[in-house]
Amino acid sequence: MLSRIAESLYWIGRYVERAEDTARILDVHLHRMRQDPWTDEEQACRSLLAVMGVPAVDHAVSQAGVVERLGLDPDSTSSVLGALTAARENARGARETVSAEMWECLNTTWLGLRDARQRIEERGVHAFFQWVRERCSILAGLADATMSRDEGWLFLMLGRSVERVDMTSRLLSTHSRAGGSIPSWLTLLRSTGGWETYLRTYRGSSNDRHAAEFLVLDRLFPRSVLAALVTAESCLAELEPDPGRVGVGTDAQRILGRVRTELAYKPPEELLAELGPTLAKVQRTCSQVNEAISLRYFRQTAAVHWAEAVA
Amino acid sequence: MADLFEDYPLGAAWDEMFAATGEPRPTYASLHATLRPLAGGDLRTRADVLARAFLDQGVTFALKGVERPFPLDIVPRVIEADQWRKVEAGVAQRVRALEAFLADVYGDGNVLHDGIVPRSTIVTSAHFHREAHGLNPPNGVRVLVSGVDLIRDEQGDFRVLEDNVRTPSGVSYVIENRRAMAHVLPEIFGSTRVRPVESYPTMLLAALRAAAPAGVDEPVVVVLTPGVHNSAYFEHALLAREMGVELVEGRDLVCVGNEVAMRTTAGERRVDVIYRRIDDEFLDPVHFRADSMLGCAGLLNAARAGRVTLANAVGNGVADDKLIYTYVPDLIRYYLGEEPLLPNVETYRLDDPDVLQHVLGRLDQLVVKPVDGSGGSGIVIGSMATDEELATVRQRLLHDPRGWIAQREVKLSTVPTLIGESLRPRHVDLRPFAVNDGNKVWVLPGGLTRVALPEGALVVNSSQGGGSKDTWVLTSSDEDVFEPEPVPTLVGPQVAQPRRPDPGPHFEDQAQQQQQFRVPGRPAC
Repeated sequence: MLSRIAESLYWIGRYVERAEDTARILDVHLHRMRQDPWTDEEQACRSLLAVMGVPAVDHAVSQAGVVERLGLDPDSTSSVLGALTAARENARGARETVSAEMWECLNTTWLGLRDARQRIEERGVHAFFQWVRERCSILAGLADATMSRDEGWLFLMLGRSVERVDMTSRLLSTHSRAGGSIPSWLTLLRSTGGWETYLRTYRGSSNDRHAAEFLVLDRLFPRSVLAALVTAESCLAELEPDPGRVGVGTDAQRILGRVRTELAYKPPEELLAELGPTLAKVQRTCSQVNEAISLRYFRQTAAVHWAEAVA
Repeated sequence: MADLFEDYPLGAAWDEMFAATGEPRPTYASLHATLRPLAGGDLRTRADVLARAFLDQGVTFALKGVERPFPLDIVPRVIEADQWRKVEAGVAQRVRALEAFLADVYGDGNVLHDGIVPRSTIVTSAHFHREAHGLNPPNGVRVLVSGVDLIRDEQGDFRVLEDNVRTPSGVSYVIENRRAMAHVLPEIFGSTRVRPVESYPTMLLAALRAAAPAGVDEPVVVVLTPGVHNSAYFEHALLAREMGVELVEGRDLVCVGNEVAMRTTAGERRVDVIYRRIDDEFLDPVHFRADSMLGCAGLLNAARAGRVTLANAVGNGVADDKLIYTYVPDLIRYYLGEEPLLPNVETYRLDDPDVLQHVLGRLDQLVVKPVDGSGGSGIVIGSMATDEELATVRQRLLHDPRGWIAQREVKLSTVPTLIGESLRPRHVDLRPFAVNDGNKVWVLPGGLTRVALPEGALVVNSSQGGGSKDTWVLTSSDEDVFEPEPVPTLVGPQVAQPRRPDPGPHFEDQAQQQQQFRVPGRPAC
């Protein structure tokens, strides 16, 4: 597979996941702010922007400002709109590889973004975020149903998983930053769409430790940090069918494996006590893995830019 | 019920559907009968569905960097089997003559020695490339793909307007138009036997494989695109997808030691045949524009060494030159010993001072065109031009007579076209696409009908507000139409190749190459 196309598929995976997760996080947090009379809106908004990696601003931040920045900013790939636009642009450059149905789904979603602002004014943010989640789910379903399980699929899954590790750990950071009380675990579990599953798994417990365990370490819940790490690792393993005799073949595998084992073997009490630093480390790991993946598989495209820059 | 064609006006041009008011020609009888009872509003609704489907699927062309859906008119254009046989033979004849001409111009030059075309006309052509001299394609095919633009004149005769043997675009719309029409207006296909167009990618792939360098049994074919910002990017992606081959950009290719390879996740993989949709000037910074980032350094040498095939061949543009166009009937007689089956439009060569004077005296009745223009740019239609425009043109012609031709203003034929909720005559042309696999020139039944949407407009190009129509070639009732079988290609499914140790990218080599090939003083962009 062409390196450039592999890179596009990886980024389609990342951007679509990012759009979906950002929509989930915004939806639940904004809802929570409105419901909870004790919330300090300004502080909650600043905290949310900070965890999502948006640089701090001087002026006052409101809910509308958060929607603007993380929902509708066309120039930033960390906003819902920007990420979906970027996903569509990547698919356009890989049209001979992406299935026609996936392409059409991304294209119509992108066309639908043109009136996003108006839709939010008319029907509220919740309806918009719900629409985004649905579009992303359709795309995931079409990928699942129409793509053969070849390299292209592996890169798409890899991108999705790396992004998921990053986003779930950011989501958890909103908790640890706010000092463990606001937003509540309930909000976090709702953001991931895992509230009901959690209740069934822990038989109705609303215990902090259980919730943290579930979102970080659960092997069966696909949005837990650990499950996403495991998926990313298995994609990498399939991309490298010959592991050789010693250790693992690539840097990306090493970096992922290290953080996965660290999480998996850490006693839950310890994990909870050091949640903030651990999550920060997971996020750093994501950017290292990203770097290692692009060096390993996509660098051949980058080589041209490098040579041009010299000349 | 109101008749959809009730107020349909007939003008001076040949109308393809109507011989006289209310009298459809036999070719269109069935279509006319199907459309007539429909209400204009219903047709409009279908047309909007059609437009929406194109938008959703991203069937677009880019104009000044903005993606636009390519307008598809809902009324098809119909060509009868007999007429088509003539077009088919005429186009194939023209392609054979142009093949012979290009081989000659970049080879022995007999056509120049024998005085058929003046040497000065060739060497002053903007797209004549000395770089292509002695560059011989493996199976001799230079014009693997061509699009010969035809119009029907006031008498209903097909005439050649121009030849496109570089990188003609539009075939993707032929394929997509048919698909969309069959989805949105299935009933109009009910009473008509229309020849299918979907075999084009198969024929193209077979021809590309047949053009592979000698000794390559399983050629790797790629489509080379300038990228997503190119106006025809949609087409490049569609053809790659339908042929099941990679769509590469220049940055995906690397050329070392006359071998061309593409950069894949598993290292570099050899490439044998490149269907390039990049103009000569941008193809290879070693020989052409040094600042081009679209192509790949070394491609031309690799082609010269016979290690890779470029389709279409480099230097074909000399045959697209509109001054050369005036010689094509002579070339057909010279190379093939045949009379031309399709006539040209009457054209004046302005490099003769007497002709130039004659033309300057009649500018307001003629059409003048730049010899190397494309997309309808630079065309001045005398009867529609203002005095200032004519004065400007006069200066240009006097200044550079080699750069222009003048033609009789032909009223292109018209076909009913949906404007708002009613049908109006609009001028059309036709671009049939031909594929030469080295044994036979195959012409796709139909081709792209472009329609000038503004009232009275004669320029049909999409960049000038043109749309398109689904083009139907009818099957003849008395015989089976010969539909050539594509060359069988005995390949199994692609299996993942055993992975060899990654040799790593050749950072050093590439950097050196790029530096060596860069002409000093030219800015890198």
